[in-house]
Amino acid sequence: MPFPCLAFLLALPAFLAATAAQAQAPENPNPETIQIGLSTDRVFITSDFAGADLTIFGALDFADPLLARQGRYDVIVVLEGPARPVVVRRKSRVLGVWINTWSETFVNVPMSYSVATTRVWQDMATPDSYRQMALGADNIALIPQNREGDPATLAEFTAALRERKKATGLYSERIGGVQFLSQSLFRATLHLAPNVPVGTHRARAFLFKNGTFIKESSAQLAILKAGFEQRMHRAAQEHGFLYGLAAVALAVLTGWLGRLVFRRD
Amino acid sequence: MVRAPPGADASSRVLTVGIYLPIAEMSVNIAVLLAMGAAVGFLSGMFGVGGGFLITPLLIFYNIPPAIAVATGANQVVASSTSGALAHFKKGTIDFKLGTVLLIGGVFGSSLGVWVFSLLRSVGQLDLFVSLLYVALLGTVGGLMLVESVNAMRRTAGGQPPSLRRPGQHNWVHRLPLKMRFRTSKLFVSVIPVLGLGAIIGFLASIMGVGGGFIMVPALIYLLKVPTNVVVGTSLYQIVFTGAYTTIVHSTTNQTVDIVLAFLLMVGGVAGAQYGAKAGQRLRGEQLRALLALLVLAVAVRLAFDLFVPPASIYSLTSPSGI
Repeated sequence: MPFPCLAFLLALPAFLAATAAQAQAPENPNPETIQIGLSTDRVFITSDFAGADLTIFGALDFADPLLARQGRYDVIVVLEGPARPVVVRRKSRVLGVWINTWSETFVNVPMSYSVATTRVWQDMATPDSYRQMALGADNIALIPQNREGDPATLAEFTAALRERKKATGLYSERIGGVQFLSQSLFRATLHLAPNVPVGTHRARAFLFKNGTFIKESSAQLAILKAGFEQRMHRAAQEHGFLYGLAAVALAVLTGWLGRLVFRRD
Repeated sequence: MVRAPPGADASSRVLTVGIYLPIAEMSVNIAVLLAMGAAVGFLSGMFGVGGGFLITPLLIFYNIPPAIAVATGANQVVASSTSGALAHFKKGTIDFKLGTVLLIGGVFGSSLGVWVFSLLRSVGQLDLFVSLLYVALLGTVGGLMLVESVNAMRRTAGGQPPSLRRPGQHNWVHRLPLKMRFRTSKLFVSVIPVLGLGAIIGFLASIMGVGGGFIMVPALIYLLKVPTNVVVGTSLYQIVFTGAYTTIVHSTTNQTVDIVLAFLLMVGGVAGAQYGAKAGQRLRGEQLRALLALLVLAVAVRLAFDLFVPPASIYSLTSPSGI
């Protein structure tokens, strides 16, 4: 069987040439790398949590100083929450009353999605490239459970899902939220909504140069309920019966003590 | 990565004393909830009702998800009725036998209610059903009470003594079989209406987060002809246990009882109730009932208004299980 050998012989020089070219090339067109660092891999939500700003620091290595001075580098930082199924319901008027009449279920919807960018979207890259990368709240892939549904209805519910998420602050963006502190160091400030979901969040940083995407870097962040809140939540989920008993005992005790303390008859 | 600068955080803390609710998964203002509990407690002490029918709608108006408002309301009812039931226990105005038969019915009704609750939640119609039930029941009870109390006021003005109980009169309820004797209430009635009444109250407790005193009290007086002096005590005794059972079942099947939220409401509630009870002694019975009727009607109108007014957004998001 001479053919495979021949193919190999033909392919080998091409391969060697390619590696040689790469090694010889004095400058890789895109040598830049991006790194982000989290000082901790977990954030605790305490009892007075009313939303917070999350700051992520990052570094740009092997950046061209000239381009950096001209501000040709752009960074987009995304913090994406855990994905869960979501039901979107639509109300309509039935006999004068507003009733949920239609619903669509979406699988794997990021519960939160917050973005910080260096500049306005249209100045960093083309809408097409954001769409390809599924970058930005308007471009995240939202997959309906029933894919054979009417496309117009699905489009309507997908838009409604994004709109509701934005309205509740779970999908947010901060233009100018990424700032370069020096030519290589940047800081991204992202918003954590008061109702930020607990679970594993993924922070991702995207580097753009002259409007083209170059590199991506990511890190994980766990958002947890701290101390008492977390224990209560887990108790309710895992030991519903005992939790209920405790709630009743607390109620009886409060009722009895309240009468002792405040009685006026 | 760092958290928000402490300065920015501290300045907002002065304005709103927020507390994070572990089950509702949201931050709420602690002062608002304590005040809400105290105000409802005051009214409930004044009128001798549990206040669940006010707490649950108020929580819904405050953007607590209805599923959590209902289950937590049932928990709060336990605290307020324990306080009241203890007072009646000391005075000896509880018919334990009647209360226990009502309770047996209540356990069945409550179990059915929690099942219906889960079902409605998964098809996305719970909020609507809760609102409709509130509007229908509060509207009916409030309307009837208003008519009755205005008539009573007219009679007093005309010189006739007001009377609620006409012992000689018997109705269809007293012709049913399976009769049982309730000594404290001086009654000899069939257990069927008693169990049925208990079941209805239990069902309402689990779906509406109410104790059901506003239905139980008139039903005991007008339907079963229970003497008025044991009515409130017996109703409260039954509500403590139906509320407790409902709380446990909701917590086991739906995980919707928020203990932090319930506790804030209870603390405000038991304090307010004792002052309310004192204030209530200064008002006459008919006037008190007329005021309560107006309050009940106001809540019904407010809930009905929300049903008919176009919502801010016709779309809403839930998880497949309904929260």
